[in-house]
Amino acid sequence: MTITEVSVSLTINGRAVSVPQGTSLLAACESIGIETPTLCWAENLTPVNVCRVCVVEVEGSRALVPSCARAAEENMVVHTESPRVRHSRKMVLEFLGSSTDLSQASDLAVWMRHYQADPNRYGQTDVPAERIVEEPKVQDDLYVRDYDKCVLCYKCVEACGDDAQHTYAIAVSGRGFNSRISTEFDTVLPDSACVYCGNCIGVCPTGAIQFKTEFDMRAVGDWRPESQDVTTTVCSFCGVGCNLELHTQDNKIVKVTSPADHSVTHGHLCIKGRFGWQYVQPPTVSPRD
Amino acid sequence: MVLLWGSNAREAHPIYFHHVLKGLDNGTKMYAVDPRRTSSTKFADAWLGLNVGTDIALANAVGREIIAADLHNKEFIAHATQGFEQYQAAVEEYTLENTETITGVPAEAIREMAHVYAAAGTAQILWTLGITEHHNAVENVLSLCNLALLTGHVGRWGSGLVPLRGQNNVQGGGDMGSLPNKFPGFQDIGDPTAQAKFEATYGMRLPAKPGLHLTLMFEAMERGEIKGLYVIGENPADSEADVAHARKVLSGLDILVVQDILMTRTARSADVVLPAAVGWAESEGTVTSSERRVQRVRPAVSPPGLARQDTDIIGDLANRLGVDWGNPTPQELWDELRSLSPMHAGMSWERLESAGGLQWPCRDLEDPGSPFLHGWLWAEDLEGREPAPFSVCQHEGPKEKLSAEFPLRLTTGRALDSYNTGVQSGGFASPIRYGDSIDINPTDAHALGLADGQRVRVCSPRGSIETKVRIQPDIPVGLTFTTFHFPELIDVNQLTNPEWDRRSGTAEFKAAAIRIEHLHSNGAKPMTDDPALDLERTTEPANG
Repeated sequence: MTITEVSVSLTINGRAVSVPQGTSLLAACESIGIETPTLCWAENLTPVNVCRVCVVEVEGSRALVPSCARAAEENMVVHTESPRVRHSRKMVLEFLGSSTDLSQASDLAVWMRHYQADPNRYGQTDVPAERIVEEPKVQDDLYVRDYDKCVLCYKCVEACGDDAQHTYAIAVSGRGFNSRISTEFDTVLPDSACVYCGNCIGVCPTGAIQFKTEFDMRAVGDWRPESQDVTTTVCSFCGVGCNLELHTQDNKIVKVTSPADHSVTHGHLCIKGRFGWQYVQPPTVSPRD
Repeated sequence: MVLLWGSNAREAHPIYFHHVLKGLDNGTKMYAVDPRRTSSTKFADAWLGLNVGTDIALANAVGREIIAADLHNKEFIAHATQGFEQYQAAVEEYTLENTETITGVPAEAIREMAHVYAAAGTAQILWTLGITEHHNAVENVLSLCNLALLTGHVGRWGSGLVPLRGQNNVQGGGDMGSLPNKFPGFQDIGDPTAQAKFEATYGMRLPAKPGLHLTLMFEAMERGEIKGLYVIGENPADSEADVAHARKVLSGLDILVVQDILMTRTARSADVVLPAAVGWAESEGTVTSSERRVQRVRPAVSPPGLARQDTDIIGDLANRLGVDWGNPTPQELWDELRSLSPMHAGMSWERLESAGGLQWPCRDLEDPGSPFLHGWLWAEDLEGREPAPFSVCQHEGPKEKLSAEFPLRLTTGRALDSYNTGVQSGGFASPIRYGDSIDINPTDAHALGLADGQRVRVCSPRGSIETKVRIQPDIPVGLTFTTFHFPELIDVNQLTNPEWDRRSGTAEFKAAAIRIEHLHSNGAKPMTDDPALDLERTTEPANG
């Protein structure tokens, strides 16, 4: 999206706002301190408009519009807390929560409370709402796919594809409730086109794709984000200068990310940067299969 | 337009390649020049699969075609360059037809690449070791520079010459004066002004004559002129060309001291090992990236056992040798550098922190840094400099010619998930690991009666190793390839050619002549490809 110096004026929740032409409604809201729940949006990905959790009401528009993808226009009148918006956001969160495990989507928990979303009101006492219940796919030592947590936000597909990696190892297969993010022919990850950049992990909002280290530590109750530190440094594996955020717990690296606003990486890494740190500390896996 | 030449950036510089891909998505054209059909070349509009070591011929043919088609930038040439007439005369013999014969690249593909490059509004030439690991490395580079001078695709936003650096601080090493002929900031050893400045700051006389680079050091060791070696963070016992010879030379030293984070092969043969902290995860400091961007590194974990900071080890060593350098912090060392190196002067520790990195030259605190160099070529007065010279470069080809005895070409390179001699990247279990075999085209495999995975003997004029074959349609007929990441499994540098470029000191890793032999049951080693690697972090200094 090209942002030019031409500005547009609009009204959000009764307040006059002026933003550069091309600014999304999401960013326009943020510019005046209005927070918006998002799930499929990320600053380093192109909006795909699938989750509908960021919708706002634009006067004159028949349907609610996704604020992440809709650009601000001159004289727009926008409402972010109208009954329609609150009702829609609440139901989107409830539907997601009734069918998937959002326990690791920490950002969403805040919004669930905000909109008093109650996923349990779906289904009946003796017939609970349908949920995705699958064994996590553990197919290598680097990362794990846990479909119970997948909300089909497409972020991983975008990061694997046009928005960063251009590997196109995953896409959505199946229909309706049986839709799943899948490798080609659902082949195991090591046999797929995957190159293990882990950029899908970097953008996953719910923990459906996560580091094997994190998965294993959670399994034994040893994953303690509150006692973790994050240190920004530079990757050691080539001359590009990718910034790494080393997440450490008890003097051990447990996870690696990159800042989405870093001009070199835009939050994306390769297999070496994301997983190649293990030589720094005594290995938890054998050096070579 | 992007001209990717001798670089497999998709695997060796993956995040840089993301930026290239963004350009391709926006309509940028890419032409890829590489002997192998690498994963990078598959994103290109055209792949020019040249014979190994024929880069100068190809570059000269591109130059000749641009001139013949009258697509050269005459105004820029007149304004900013010198030596055009000599260049034009020198490339005259590199007709499309002649060059097709030398390089194996179809004349029409050369013509097309020349025209697209010359006509592009902005164009960049990107290269890595496919250009520089040859006995005529500097000439290879200059032959590409000629193309930029011919078209004016240099010193402007979006256009330029882009050598991609292979390590996170190989640029910084040079910046800091870890070169035999330079002080920090690329000031010449022996230059009276620089000499006086550094001697005043360091408080001692400094040698006014350049020292030796690594290749010359090995020659001096062989002659017995260097008797002791102090190796910091390098694994020459695996990484040198003709490595069996290098190991022999190292074993003849009176003393070998290795300062490293892991027990590399070099460390295992050392008299003294000094265990060190990991630069990017256990230390405070800076590194300089390929785009001359200086960035801070910070400690996230503490070093294990007795491992110590490099600066502390070096300081203590100096102390034992009778010099007191005090106990400077990384920031104090950085500020000393800023006081001595004008191109770093504006990069205060605080600015590096708040800006997230600055690109040199950055001469004062107001200087925003320099996203690209050589903008002076477009200044009306060239900022008082001499015009940039064209260079006459002639095709020579690899030093080692193919023969009946050694009929196949061997070249080396990196794989996506691995790094150099595998010391670091061997530490994680990658599901996509490859490169511990010799890649060969199906046609050659058929002719030699080889099956995929079969164990073979590979011989070059310097030695022979046992390994397995991987049949790979992306390798052209006549070429073989392997990585250098698994010296315990495929000790490829026993085969590589140590002939080296007299100006850069780099050996011709990219072009050896080899043959592949069947293993005979007599004397063949048992089939195994999984020797245990002992690369756990050193926690105690080893003696003896």
